[in-house]
Amino acid sequence: MDRNNWKGWLYLLPAFIFLGVFMIYPLVDVFVYSFEEGYNSASQSFFGTGWYNYSYVLHDPYFLQALKNTLIMVAVTVPLSTGLALLIALGLSSIKALRNLYQTVYFLPYVTNTLAVGLVFMILFKKTAYSDGLINLLIALFGAGPIDFIDGPYAAKMFVMCFYIIWVVLPFKILILTSALAGVREDYYRAARVDGTSRARIFTRITLPMISPTVFYLVITGFIGAFKCYSDAVALFGTDLNAAGMNTIVGYVYDMLYGDSGGYPSYASAAAILLFAIVLTITCINLMVSKKHVHY
Amino acid sequence: MKVVLKNLTKKFPTGNRKRREEFVAVDHLNFEIPDGKLVGLLGPSGCGKSTTLNMICGLETPTEGQVFFGENDVTNLAAEHRGVGMVFQNYALYPHLTVLQNILFPLQNLKGDKKLSRQEMLSRAQEAAKLVQISELMDRKPAELSGGQQQRVAIARALVKMPHVLLLDEPLSNLDARLRLQTREEIRRIQRETGITTVFVTHDQEEAMSISDCIVVMKSGVAQQIGRPQDVYDQPRNLFVAKFLGTPPINVFEGEVKGGKLWIGQESVLETPGVAEGPVWVGIRPEGFLLDENGPLTCNLSAVEVMGRDKSVVSTHPASVNATIRSIIDSENQVDTGKKTVRFRLRPRKVFLFHKETEARVY
Repeated sequence: MDRNNWKGWLYLLPAFIFLGVFMIYPLVDVFVYSFEEGYNSASQSFFGTGWYNYSYVLHDPYFLQALKNTLIMVAVTVPLSTGLALLIALGLSSIKALRNLYQTVYFLPYVTNTLAVGLVFMILFKKTAYSDGLINLLIALFGAGPIDFIDGPYAAKMFVMCFYIIWVVLPFKILILTSALAGVREDYYRAARVDGTSRARIFTRITLPMISPTVFYLVITGFIGAFKCYSDAVALFGTDLNAAGMNTIVGYVYDMLYGDSGGYPSYASAAAILLFAIVLTITCINLMVSKKHVHY
Repeated sequence: MKVVLKNLTKKFPTGNRKRREEFVAVDHLNFEIPDGKLVGLLGPSGCGKSTTLNMICGLETPTEGQVFFGENDVTNLAAEHRGVGMVFQNYALYPHLTVLQNILFPLQNLKGDKKLSRQEMLSRAQEAAKLVQISELMDRKPAELSGGQQQRVAIARALVKMPHVLLLDEPLSNLDARLRLQTREEIRRIQRETGITTVFVTHDQEEAMSISDCIVVMKSGVAQQIGRPQDVYDQPRNLFVAKFLGTPPINVFEGEVKGGKLWIGQESVLETPGVAEGPVWVGIRPEGFLLDENGPLTCNLSAVEVMGRDKSVVSTHPASVNATIRSIIDSENQVDTGKKTVRFRLRPRKVFLFHKETEARVY
C-alpha cells in the first residue's frame, strides 16, 4: 500500500510540474502583481503594495467602457444564442429529410476561422468609398439611409458585435443540444402521446427538464466565453479598440501589457483579477440557480 | 370494452435503399377480446406482438385492417382519443417528477369539459395509488424506487385516466424472478378489481399461461392459436405452439405411423387409429411419460433430478430431435440409476402427432 502510494505520486509528478509552472505559478503571480504598485518588468522593482492598481483601473474610462461593452455583450448574446440554438436544434431533430445537410450547414461556422468570418462581416457591414456594404443595400430597399455599422454610432457597432458573437457560438451550442435532444428516450414521448399531452406541454414538462443539464452547461460556458471575448472585437473593429470604443475587458488587459499605451503589468493584472472575480460571482449565481431548476 | 381486430396488418419498409422490400410485422390478424378479460399476446421476439399492441394503442397506424373498441372503429383515431392506458416495457416514468406528479400528468392534460379541479385530480391519483399499493411513495422520485415499485407507478399512471383498455408491453421483463411472480399476481388482481379489458405482451409462456383468460400465440406476424391457456396447452394446433408452451418444453421425436400404430425407432409405442400413414413429428409432454418395466419406449438413462415434488428423468433416444428427453414423474417412483436404460409407457392424451411438412397437428 505504502509503496504504491509514492509510486502514484511519482506518476502524477509530470502533470503536477506542468500545471504548477504554467497554471498555478502564473495565477499566483498575477495576483501578486495586481497589488504591487508601479511594478517595472525591466528592473523588476516596485514602490510599494496596496489597492492603488485596482483604484486606477476602476477609474480608467477605457476600463469602464470595456466593462460596459463586455456586460452588454454577455447580457445580449448568452440568452439569445442559447435560445436560438435550442430552437434550431428542436427544428433539426424534428425534420427527417436533408437533416444531415442542415446539420453540416449549421456546423460550418464552427470550423471557420474567426478572422475569416470577420472579413465576411466586413463585406456585409462595412461602408467604404465604393460601397455601403450588403446590409446597407438591403436597408436602402426599405428606404432607410445608410448606417455605418463599423465606424458609426455605438448602438450600430454593438449590434454588429453581438450579431457576430451569436453567429460564431451558435454551431457548437446547436451540436450539443441536438445530441442532448437525441438522448431523450423515445418512450417518454410515446407515453406523453398516449396521454394526449400538447406539444407545448411536452416541451416544457418533458423535453426541457430532460435536457436541462446540457442547457445549464451551455449557459455557464456561454457566460465565461462571452466574458473572455476579445478576438471577435478585433476581427470586426481592428486592434485599436479603445479608439473604436468597442474594447472588452480582455482587450483592455492586452492593451495594458502590449498595446501602444502598454507596459503596465500591474494594471493589467488588476484588471484580470477583476474579470476573474466577476466571472466567479456569475458562475456561483448560475450554480445556485441551477440547483433549483436543473434536474438530476 | 370489447376489442376486435379485423385483418390487422402492418408492413414496415426495410432500411435497404436498393431493394425496396417490405417487412410484414403483423399479417392479417383476427381476434376478439371479450369485455373485461385479460389477454396475453405471446410469441418469440420479433413475432409482431409489440407492433400489434402499438396498433391497438394507436401509436402505430395499421397498413391494412381495422381495430374496433366496442362497436366503434378506432383505426384512424389518435392514441389520446382512444381512451387507452399504456405501460411501457421500461415504464417511461418521467425521472424529474415525483410519483404523484407522474400519476397526475395524464389528468393535467385533460382539456375542455373533461378538465378536473385540483382536488378531483388529487383524489383520483390517490385512488389509483391505493389500488396499486404505493400510497406511501407519493413524494419519491422514480430513481428512488425499486423496479417493482416503478412498475406499480406506471400502472397507476395508466389507470388514473380510467381507460377503456389497458395495454402492458412486457410488463415483467425488467423484474427479477421473485418479483415477477409477485407482480404478475398483482396485475391479475388489479385487472380483476377494475374489470378493465387488458392486453399484455410477453415472450414468457409461463407468465402468459398463469394469469391470462385467453392467450394468442404469434409467430412471424401470424396468430398461430387463440384460446384459453389450458386448451392451447392440451390441444396445440401445430408443432410451433406445442414447442412454445410448457416448461420443461415438449419432447419431439421423429416417428412414423404404420398400420394404425405410431412407431418411434423400431418400437410401436401407441395405437393411433385414423391417422394417415407416413412419417410424422411426435411431440410428447414431459408428464406424458409413465415408468413401466415393460413399456414400449426404451431410452438411454442419463440422470435423474430430484425436485422434491416430482422427479425429472433425463434420457436420450436416437429418434429424439432434442439432445435430451426430459420427463417428469411422480417422486414416489423409483428409478434404478444403476441401469443404463429406462422404459416408458405413454399417456395417449399427452402425445401429439404433427404433419412432417406442414407441422400441423394430425393427432
